Amino acid sequence: MARSTISSLFGSSPVKPLQTHMDSVQECIVELVPFFKAVIAEDWKEARSQQKKIAKLEGAADKLKRQLRLHLPKSLFMPISRRDLLEVLTMQDKIANKAKDIAGLIIGRKIILPEALHEAFIEYVERCIDASAQAQTAINELDELMETGFGGKEMTLMESMIKKLDSIESETDKLQVKIRSAIFAKEKEMNPVEVMFMYKVIDWVGELADLAQRVGSRFEIMLAR
Amino acid sequence: MTLEFGITFIVLACAFGFFMAWGVGANDVANAMGTSVGSKALTIKQAIIVAAIFEFAGAYLAGGQVTATIRKGMLDANLLSGQPELLIYGMLASLLAAGIWLLVASRAGWPVSTTHSIVGAIVGFAAVGVGIDAVQWGKVGKIAMSWVISPAIAGIIGYWLYISVQRLILNTSDPLKNAKIYVPFYIFLVGFVIALVTMFKGLKHIGLELSTTQNYVIAIAIGFVSMFIGMVAIKRLHFDPAADKDFHFTNVEKIFGVLMMFTACAMAFAHGSNDVANAVGPLAAVVSIVENGGEVAQKSAMPAWILLLGGTGILIGLVTYGHKVIATVGTGITQLTPSRGFAATLAAAVTVVVASGTGIPISTTHTLVGGVLGVGLARGMDALNMNVVRTIFLSWIVTLPAGAILSILFFFILKGIFS
Repeated sequence: MARSTISSLFGSSPVKPLQTHMDSVQECIVELVPFFKAVIAEDWKEARSQQKKIAKLEGAADKLKRQLRLHLPKSLFMPISRRDLLEVLTMQDKIANKAKDIAGLIIGRKIILPEALHEAFIEYVERCIDASAQAQTAINELDELMETGFGGKEMTLMESMIKKLDSIESETDKLQVKIRSAIFAKEKEMNPVEVMFMYKVIDWVGELADLAQRVGSRFEIMLAR
Repeated sequence: MTLEFGITFIVLACAFGFFMAWGVGANDVANAMGTSVGSKALTIKQAIIVAAIFEFAGAYLAGGQVTATIRKGMLDANLLSGQPELLIYGMLASLLAAGIWLLVASRAGWPVSTTHSIVGAIVGFAAVGVGIDAVQWGKVGKIAMSWVISPAIAGIIGYWLYISVQRLILNTSDPLKNAKIYVPFYIFLVGFVIALVTMFKGLKHIGLELSTTQNYVIAIAIGFVSMFIGMVAIKRLHFDPAADKDFHFTNVEKIFGVLMMFTACAMAFAHGSNDVANAVGPLAAVVSIVENGGEVAQKSAMPAWILLLGGTGILIGLVTYGHKVIATVGTGITQLTPSRGFAATLAAAVTVVVASGTGIPISTTHTLVGGVLGVGLARGMDALNMNVVRTIFLSWIVTLPAGAILSILFFFILKGIFS
């Protein structure tokens, strides 16, 4: 059946796919909480199965990313810049990638966290995941923003969401400082190589929030034009 | 002089005209109604009913001018008066050429327009079969210009309509409340504009002669009647606050859905007023020559049965094939919300009705594309495929010569058979 002129005029909208991708990224990183709980409990069997789950979900997000990229030909006329859109997508994807790296590193080296840190660390991970959840909420506003032509009440709402994302991110920074100083205090008693990697894990978890914040600011830039 | 093959000519003209009308119904109407189905304002069944009624009304009430242009506006009657049979062969050839070209092109998925095919075909046979001077090039030039201008105008109207929707409704603190206030005015606008343009261009042929004031009064009355019906329909809507959780404008769009129904009627009316002429115009030309005993009469009323034939052809095309096309168009457009679809469709409908009133045959589909692009420029569309614009340009370049060459071919074949 021949496609009619009118239906071929409409390209496939990138809005839903971008949102679906972010949803699947979020789905992937929330698994870090049960993962870390298993690690703290030194239940390596459970931790490994969680790590596999994270890797699998990361793969699913990757697939969605590739699909969206393929469906964005240059001839598409959109109210947002194609480049900005692709950059938001890349940022989103990096969050899932980071989660996979964190899980992989911990499993690979069987890193054991000092007991005094357990509670603070879980809180830290959860807060970083919150940052990404906030980015997801903002991305979910995209269809409403499209509807209003990026103006008015919707835009103000979106800006307040991004502001909240920024404040969550700075909270995670503070948590990070606290954990680092706790490790620093006990550094001398621990195995130096393990300490090195511990710092690395802390860094990477913090990057989840950083990346989420960058998704937010990229998103803002995309809408500002 | 009498024509020995008079009846044969009429039968052939009816058959070819019917074929052409079928093509219009099968293809063109789907494009015209597609935005309404795509935005979920109408089901396919409703779209077919709306199309059947308003295409017919448009053709009957406002289709006269374009039909006149197609049947005699582009040719110099004086040059043809000595040889009426040439005009008959030519019109038959044009119908056949345009019909076949449309069939081929739509199979291949090219965005060709019925209007362009028939105009190309008529100009072709006249210029080659009769003589270069037989074509009124000035008039044809104006028509060709209008093909570029009409999508542009629809684009501008669509742009401003959508901007107004954003300012008045979507970008406010209470879109639902404002939609209930302003949408009835848009409905008024739909009824008023379409009625006014239609009446200004005369309803003399159905025995109505009205003064300017009367025109305005009646148009305003029609606007208010539409508005009232719309308000009742909006009152009867059920709003579900939970539906707004996922997409905050779900309930607002329900109100625009009511508006879109009116716009869909306007679009079908507009399409009927312009495109039915493509099938009916040449048929009317043949019938009038035969009935006048071979005289190329410049002034003759169009028999109602010809319009009826055209309308029936469109209806059959719609029911046998067009509904499938509407379905593909409708399901293919997921990003078209009623608020966007309304702006694009109304822009196109108004442009087409004005063109019909002026007797200019334009392409409804291309005008609608212009309307959609206008809404897109107002940042109203998620993603538009700009390749279509290029293929439309290409189809302009290809369709005119294709229609012309085919019609020249058929012209000489018919001439060979009958003389």
